[in-house]
Amino acid sequence: MKHWPPASSTDRGPKPPSAAVRLLRDPKVVGAGGFIALLIVLAIGAPLLAPKDPLAQSLALATVPPAGFPEAEPGYLFGTDGLGRDVLSRLIFGTRVSLTVAFVAAGLACLIGSLLGLLAGFLRGAVEALISRLVDIWMAFPPVLLSILLVAVLGTGLHSVIAAIVVIDWTRFCRVVRTETMAQAQMDYVVAARAIGFSRPAILFREILPNVAPVLIVLLTLEMGIAVVVEAILSFVGLSVSSDTPTWGGMIAEGRQIVHEAWWVLAAPLTALFATVVAFNQLGDGLARSLDPVLRR
Amino acid sequence: MNAPRLAVRDLSAVSLRDGNRPILRGVSLSVDIGEVHGIVGESGAGKSTLAKAILGIIPSQVKLTGGSIEFEGRDLLTLSPRALRAVLGRDIALVPQDPSTALNPSRRIDAQLTDGLRRKRGLSVRQARRRARALLEEVQIRDPERVLTSYPHQLSGGMRQRVLIAAAFGLEPKLVIADEPTTALDVTVQKQILRLIRSLQERHGTSVLFVSHDLGVVAKICDRLTVLYMGRVMEQGSTADVLTAPRHAYTKALLAANPRYDRPDTGLEPTSPELIAALRAEIAAFDAGVAEPRRG
Repeated sequence: MKHWPPASSTDRGPKPPSAAVRLLRDPKVVGAGGFIALLIVLAIGAPLLAPKDPLAQSLALATVPPAGFPEAEPGYLFGTDGLGRDVLSRLIFGTRVSLTVAFVAAGLACLIGSLLGLLAGFLRGAVEALISRLVDIWMAFPPVLLSILLVAVLGTGLHSVIAAIVVIDWTRFCRVVRTETMAQAQMDYVVAARAIGFSRPAILFREILPNVAPVLIVLLTLEMGIAVVVEAILSFVGLSVSSDTPTWGGMIAEGRQIVHEAWWVLAAPLTALFATVVAFNQLGDGLARSLDPVLRR
Repeated sequence: MNAPRLAVRDLSAVSLRDGNRPILRGVSLSVDIGEVHGIVGESGAGKSTLAKAILGIIPSQVKLTGGSIEFEGRDLLTLSPRALRAVLGRDIALVPQDPSTALNPSRRIDAQLTDGLRRKRGLSVRQARRRARALLEEVQIRDPERVLTSYPHQLSGGMRQRVLIAAAFGLEPKLVIADEPTTALDVTVQKQILRLIRSLQERHGTSVLFVSHDLGVVAKICDRLTVLYMGRVMEQGSTADVLTAPRHAYTKALLAANPRYDRPDTGLEPTSPELIAALRAEIAAFDAGVAEPRRG
């Protein structure tokens, strides 16, 4: 064999840090991710971490203001509501419903929507026409009315709320994933994979899916924020879980009625809701920047 | 003489998008065992369509209208998709044109190299990984471990093309289709890549179908040449014969158009209108000849 000088492998300086290291260096990811991790801990450990029983009423201690205000009672950091229940404890227990809905509903919507989107974008033809028309028809319904209708038909409860969100929001994933899949399927690396004789499922899931994943992760975190809001809306109108389970939406509804006497009953769950949705959105944004290999130069 | 490894016979194709404009007009060629066969021609001559037809990846707007592509005596065009997939990657492999887009941007090199070895050559994960390392060494990459754990965008263009060549030859195919493998590279890297392809091809006895528009490149690497113009074979023969004693007027014009450092004054004048008219007439006559029997 002839000899020529070996080529050096990298000509772009030191190798960039791995994905995990980059994620940990991103303040957005660390901050938002940390907040969501805290919420998860609160949701799981609610019975241990909540200072009071969230359902225990005490009319003698009704509308106690938060700590630091005159007439505040020790042990009631965020005050009490109109029935004398501890707002902080109800807030902590409320994370359970919010996070369950965020993860399960957004996860299922993502699974169904992106699967249909991948198939539509990759197989084209009749499959694509069918799925696209389905999405078009779906999007003609007003989403809030559709979810209220669905919950009314299915009956109230956590399962119905999750079902309503999945049934309405799968189209978000489907539309975006279909377009992205179509774009990726034209790329040279997909042609090269076909030329090497890989099967179509292998190409779709091994070659295309990793390139669609960054978009999918952003959408998923955004959808989690949306799911939390939708659950709160359905709780607000009394169509979510039964009223003996504390939820942020339910607390907002109760707080609205007594907002002039006890503003904190409304302010606390609103702040929690707001912070959670912002955290999900920021996490999605941070993940998108760190995970996309093409943007990562 | 042995039967050729690849025999393309009378292959014709039309573009459906462009009012059934012919892209390939009865192209025939054969590639022998251990031969590097060059396909040259200007843009739009049908070189890439020919290469894609062999690999079964022609775009949806192109339709093959006749002919056969025989690989070791089997017509690839009549194989079922499953049977064709079994041949591709095992017996026939592709070195693509543009190394910057032909690697999956979100998968590490080791994943992309070992995929084919595992699925097409039946190696275990560990065997495939070891083989991938050896392959990178074979294509003269100095620190294979580092390249294996890199993403494509962390490598230079020449490095990526080496990886793609390693991927293609690593499957130990009988035929490699190289679709303009040096076009996207600068001249010094081009030379290394050509030498690499030639040495791998000689060592493994691989047949190569080498598509290029660059006469300087094919002169270095090809044993025989097929000159295409508007989807029609203009001339066929050994590289030395075609390049030093071209018989067809088009080949002469193509050679004259090649830039020369020793004679900077030549090669800039356009192909003469008479030649183009003559070529058009030749093509038209062929089209009429093909159309005739159908009418009768």
